Amino acid sequence: MAEEMRIVLRNYGKVDPLKIDDYIAQGGYKSLEKARSMDKKALIDEVKKSNLRGRGGAGFNCGLKWSFAAGNVSPQKYVVCNADEGEPGTYKDRLIMEGDPHTLIEGMAVCAYAIGATQGYIYLRGEYPFLVETLNIAIGQAKEKGFLQDFDLEVRSGAGAYVCGEETALIESIEGKRGEPRFKPPFPPNEGLWSKPTIVNNVETYANIPVILEKGAEWYAGIGVASYPGTKVFTLTGDVVNRTFFEVPTDTTIRDVIFTFGGGVRDGKKFKAVQIGGTSGAFIPESLLDTKVAFDDMGAIGATLGSGATFVMDETRDIVDVVTRIMKFFEHESCGKCAPCREGTARMYELMEKVNDGHGSAKDTALMNKLGNVMSYSCLCGLGQAAPAPVLTTIKHFGADYQAKMK
Amino acid sequence: MSYKEIIAKYADKPGGLIEAYHAIQREMSYLPVEAIAEAAEVFKVPVSQAYGVATFYSMFSVKARGKNVIRMCESAPCHVAGAEEVLAALEKELGIKVGESTADGKFALELTECVGQCQATPVLTVNGKPYFDVSPAKLAGILAEYK
Repeated sequence: MAEEMRIVLRNYGKVDPLKIDDYIAQGGYKSLEKARSMDKKALIDEVKKSNLRGRGGAGFNCGLKWSFAAGNVSPQKYVVCNADEGEPGTYKDRLIMEGDPHTLIEGMAVCAYAIGATQGYIYLRGEYPFLVETLNIAIGQAKEKGFLQDFDLEVRSGAGAYVCGEETALIESIEGKRGEPRFKPPFPPNEGLWSKPTIVNNVETYANIPVILEKGAEWYAGIGVASYPGTKVFTLTGDVVNRTFFEVPTDTTIRDVIFTFGGGVRDGKKFKAVQIGGTSGAFIPESLLDTKVAFDDMGAIGATLGSGATFVMDETRDIVDVVTRIMKFFEHESCGKCAPCREGTARMYELMEKVNDGHGSAKDTALMNKLGNVMSYSCLCGLGQAAPAPVLTTIKHFGADYQAKMK
Repeated sequence: MSYKEIIAKYADKPGGLIEAYHAIQREMSYLPVEAIAEAAEVFKVPVSQAYGVATFYSMFSVKARGKNVIRMCESAPCHVAGAEEVLAALEKELGIKVGESTADGKFALELTECVGQCQATPVLTVNGKPYFDVSPAKLAGILAEYK
């Protein structure tokens, strides 16, 4: 029987987020103290050894990323938190920030020490204005207690642009510009915010850091699937009994996520599909539900773990209609910088509307398959590369739904 | 506070243009073209760039709009939970269409993508404050808070 395991949400509901003493009473800021007593290289090696991989969706080894910035001799470096969680159906980062803001601050402060940064930014999505104060109060308390003596931390608000979750677009936005992704390389650990070495990690990634230092890299590396150890927070939406959140080890199966933790499909209906990882995630059929939720296991079935958003659809749902709605989202959120995404998302939406309105044919699905493949390797950033996934995976797994709408 | 005073407060913040825009909108609900020109001067960027920033982000408006901005979420989780029905009721209740403002200048109605409150769909926000599990029946009560 699968069980919940709370690492990043360990203090959720247990501490008053506005009282630093509550956090300290739970052992808070001890890991920062420990980190500062360590040699920087040994500290980064410890994070590397834990095999903690980025929880924002890309799954890059966190310690390895830090080592790139640490090895740079620039006198000015930055630590940035990506708190732009814009993937529809995702609210895990909000839970961490509103329930336990100090775990994020502590994780960022450890990173700052490790790479030699004195300034940090939390890029908070514009949809969470009520968290600006929570974070500022927490930062103020951490300063007052002397935990941030050589590290300044500032909250910056986004303003409603999904693409700003892409790290270089996010950096542009902190610089006060349009949030358009940059060409890579250079990657941010070498040249990021104001062209200085910059580490951008997700809220959930930073929230793991204090616990990894407290309990050790080996302990962490032993949880869940070895290639993507630790836990993942899931947020359940759609036709599921429990529209809720939970944190589980990464060797949990999709089936357990939906049926054990989610309580199964609502109103006694049958399961039809689940989309995991946010709106760019693959649609997964019943036959693949025994897949583990870890990064590479998901990749092996042509899906992604992404943000952990889990959107369940019952047997009565019109998959083609839902995907059409999703393509409208991408057409709207494409920043327009590169042609494959700007044009591709618009054409994809147009074709999906055509099929959804009953005017499509097999030619249109063939065209979407072709267009989607081109987009997946030619778009500048992850937005355009991932945008076709809902279309491609539903044509593959739910072809009958498309057939039913054709002449 | 005038927009000039607001912008001046952010002048020393590197990349503070977006923060300044948020502050102006909290006072005026939108970004008047004079404010954008002033911000361009203070932050030492071309007016075209300052205007480009103002039009890039969905939360900024370069057109005058109602004081209280209602945003209805239309992302997939809200979509399947009945967002369209709520939106139709909102349009009826306010007597305007999406993208318009009420004649008394009290409300603007917009669509938004996910606002991260998916535990209680469908969701709408008024000036950033989320309202949960909204239904046509709940709308009058929500709007009354702002009248």
